Amino acid sequence: MSAFLKKYEGLWLFLISPAAIIAAAVAALIVFGAVFASWIALVNPYDLASFSLFDGLLPPFWQEGANSKYLLGTDDQGRDMISSILYGARLSLIIGLSALAIAAVLGVGLGLAAGYYGGRFDVVVMRIADVQLALPAILTALLIDGIARGILPQAIQQELRVMVLTLAIALSLWVNFARTARASTFVEMNKEYVQAAIMMGQRPLRVMFVHILPNILGPLLVIMTVDLASAILLEATLSFLGIGLPADSPSLGTLIRIGMQFLLSGEWWILWIPTLVLVALVVSINILGDFLRDIFNPRLR
Amino acid sequence: MAYFILKRIVQSVFVMVAVAFLAFSLFRFVGDPITQMTGVETSIEDQERLREELGLNEPFISQFLRFTCEMLQGDFGFSYRTRQPVANMIADRIPATLELGVVALIISLLVGVPAGVYTALKPRGVLSQTILMTTLVGVSIPTFVIGIMLIFIFGVQLGWLPTFGRGGTVAIGNWDSSFFTLNGWRALLLPAITLGVYQLTLTMRLVRAEMMEVMRSDYIRFAMARGVPMRRLHYKHALRNTMVPVITIVGLQFGGVIAFSIVTESVFQWPGMGLLFLESIRFVDIPVMGVYLVVIAFFFVLVNLVVDLLYVAIDPRLRIKDAS
Repeated sequence: MSAFLKKYEGLWLFLISPAAIIAAAVAALIVFGAVFASWIALVNPYDLASFSLFDGLLPPFWQEGANSKYLLGTDDQGRDMISSILYGARLSLIIGLSALAIAAVLGVGLGLAAGYYGGRFDVVVMRIADVQLALPAILTALLIDGIARGILPQAIQQELRVMVLTLAIALSLWVNFARTARASTFVEMNKEYVQAAIMMGQRPLRVMFVHILPNILGPLLVIMTVDLASAILLEATLSFLGIGLPADSPSLGTLIRIGMQFLLSGEWWILWIPTLVLVALVVSINILGDFLRDIFNPRLR
Repeated sequence: MAYFILKRIVQSVFVMVAVAFLAFSLFRFVGDPITQMTGVETSIEDQERLREELGLNEPFISQFLRFTCEMLQGDFGFSYRTRQPVANMIADRIPATLELGVVALIISLLVGVPAGVYTALKPRGVLSQTILMTTLVGVSIPTFVIGIMLIFIFGVQLGWLPTFGRGGTVAIGNWDSSFFTLNGWRALLLPAITLGVYQLTLTMRLVRAEMMEVMRSDYIRFAMARGVPMRRLHYKHALRNTMVPVITIVGLQFGGVIAFSIVTESVFQWPGMGLLFLESIRFVDIPVMGVYLVVIAFFFVLVNLVVDLLYVAIDPRLRIKDAS
């Protein structure tokens, strides 16, 4: 009985925490919309033929002069706002998640190895991590982006934009994973099950990934949610600065950047609706991250 | 003491050399400097002659040494884009960014420290819970959205404050300051708040954690048992010990202020170093990118060095340990 309770304690805490439920619902709604964007959206914002300039600058449905076809209005090009946001959120999530995946694999791999082998390898990895930690992530990402612009030939730059952006974000976020994985690995290394596995002559890779990794997943999961929020924010910021994605394949950040042009005019929805979606997404991921941290850290309960 | 200072200075120099090396590698390996400097009509022979003249055929190490020497003499090379000396371009922009950063830091401390102390002393209070919830939302809202919101409310709707540029500046020597005109202060306010908000949440959370830690310590419990009035206990005994780490916080935050000033400057079209850096990335202006890095690293190292020294000056325990 007590084992059963212990297993589902997290679920129970989730069910009685209203903030976590609302956050999960908002995040799920945005993710659902993004995944099924091509079925839900009225128009394809990447396809110039699917929308027309004549429908430009229509307000949302509750304002006068709205077209009921476009519930949240249209931008100056006549693109349906809902469609733009769904596709934008999809791009933001794809970049955020892939950057996170790369950062996690790189960071956890290096952190595990540093904790396992220790010695000189550990020192080198941690020195690099320290230096990078002193630089804020956004500066690192901007630099990597700038270097990519210098190295890659002009012709393929536009096509590789998404990849460059993903890599730039991933390389500025791996440090958190590496440090956490290393610290937890150090703790696990002294435990008997790891010592036993090593005595039995199992290969280092097997000890690291089969024995140690499952036991340090908890803290890594917390970092993952928090860093997913950072990755999405970083992408939005870079795109807002005009360093990220171009205007013809807009992410949420690019949409906000485009909307800035309408700040002084009356077309508030072009700016504020994408902004609201971005903030709602990031806030709910952060709340979920906070919630997870409380679950995995029994001391705080 | 002297040994400690010397050690820190040597470390700082090492960091600067590493950053200079990075900047030089950027300049040397990202794109060919010669093709950037010459036009399409320059002949191959002329290009080769220029390459020889600039010493680009020499060994890497001697090139790097020359690069460092020139930098130490204030010669930072020329921008690919504007063909002007990079030193002048950066020097023109430094006052704007530093003034913005300093005001933002002051805002974050003036609000963050009292808020942190309050939420630590009354953790279950309604106001504390509200403040903590607000900061959670605060860290989730990107800096540029905060900037846009402030522009919208105070610039567009209310029309109280200007939304871009620096307003009136007064030149003191080479330093264009916006501290001496009302116009300048009005222009400074919104960007400084935008930049300060993120730092504020960090300051608050750190001060709160530190204060709670101190309140749990033995000497506070003893003072409590002795019947020291709560007011005196909080503000004299506890706060003093909380303030020591706050200095470190300021040092740590400097990097964040500089990085996020890139975003803030872009939102408000504030003519500082961040805006210059963004332009240099967009146009792949490698010399400006490299020098920006070196200058930022220099400020960073300098601030951290000063913070370390202040730490020793303030906390007597560090001195005693050193003497024994």
